[in-house]
Amino acid sequence: MQRLTPEQMAERLAQDIPDGSYVNLGIGMPVMVANFVPEGRDVIYHSENGILGVGPTPAPGTEDPDLINAAKQYVTLIKGGCFFDTAESFAMMRGGHLDIAVLGGFQVSAAGDLANWATDNEKYPPAVGGAMDLSVGAKAVYVLMRHTTKDGQPKILDECSYPLTGAGVVRRIYTDLAVIEVTDAGLQVVELHDGNSFEDVQAATGTRLLPPAA
Amino acid sequence: MIDKRIASMREALTDVAPGSAVMIGGFGSSGIPFELIEALRQHGAGDLTIISNNAGVAEEGIAALLRDRLVRKVVCSYPRSQGSIWFERLFEEGAIELELIPQGTFAERMRAAGAGLGGFFTPTGYGTKMAEGKETREIDGRGYVLEHPLSADFALVRAHKGDRWGNLAYNTAGRNFNPVMAMAAEVTVAEVEHLVELGDLNPESVATPGVFVNRVVAQEGMN
Repeated sequence: MQRLTPEQMAERLAQDIPDGSYVNLGIGMPVMVANFVPEGRDVIYHSENGILGVGPTPAPGTEDPDLINAAKQYVTLIKGGCFFDTAESFAMMRGGHLDIAVLGGFQVSAAGDLANWATDNEKYPPAVGGAMDLSVGAKAVYVLMRHTTKDGQPKILDECSYPLTGAGVVRRIYTDLAVIEVTDAGLQVVELHDGNSFEDVQAATGTRLLPPAA
Repeated sequence: MIDKRIASMREALTDVAPGSAVMIGGFGSSGIPFELIEALRQHGAGDLTIISNNAGVAEEGIAALLRDRLVRKVVCSYPRSQGSIWFERLFEEGAIELELIPQGTFAERMRAAGAGLGGFFTPTGYGTKMAEGKETREIDGRGYVLEHPLSADFALVRAHKGDRWGNLAYNTAGRNFNPVMAMAAEVTVAEVEHLVELGDLNPESVATPGVFVNRVVAQEGMN
């Protein structure tokens, strides 16, 4: 099967971010999306620690130790950007003021439930951060994740086995194999990445998929 | 005369008793009151509840409090980061209690405490493990979870500039949790990079009004 690289996955998702969007990118693969939004689109990135208008990585030697993103990496502020405190930052999320949240995922269910904060390993500390607030508050939640785990187990399932981040919150799933939309009728494959058949992608999935329109 | 200035970090924390609940501002390494945390470590009161977004990395900040086994419980949203070795070690040993709270609920619970509210209903966590044992309510067709205010004995915050009345202004994203914690605690101690004269702060740039702050200490360069 043809699997996209993480960069290609981020690039694919970036095509679906419209001009003028306010977007929050989660820790991990999602932050890479910012590198691939097509030229000419004005996208304003929100960071949970209190930034609207997150800009690119600073040149070495010009870092501001207080100016970091959610992943604790140094960033810059674009012209027109601003700062605020955490309570206001999460008011933006919960209050429905952000258009898109791109989150990583451990598992997504057929009903669009997302699990991405805790596993079933009790020795491994859970960490939720802003994921639950984003999942209920953003107007659209896109999940960017590999289609299967490192050992080949499906991550898209009838039901999540890990604790939920949000119930029925996911709009679209962008994986290394396909793009899948969560609809009332079920999980609709909207795009198969080059060379992958619907049957192959279905075989790598733990719940029933609807084939793309011919 | 109102003068909240204290001469040293250590002096500002002499009344922190063992078993205290202490809020610590900052996010990752941004806006963290590193000198106050070091003074708290030297002060040595144990059995602390530390309320902060993260649990420190390497041997720095909160990680040093964990290493010295001064902490009984951590209340946070994201304890695990690259290099959070002390938290992970103590957690695996079962030597530390963790109360994990979604970050927005965490901030709002502190804001509620500071704002005199009895709690609030949030959609965050509804239908998840985070809502277990909590009152829920449907409002206009949507599910919400009742969350209670979160206060503490002390808040340690960091600002870029402060004056003797306790007015604080922050540097870029160093603001984060500092303003809500300053509101929420019984005693708020502010570590400031620059102590300025009354009137030197632009009133429009004061993000924490001095009424929320009890003690102000200029950085000593102790780290």
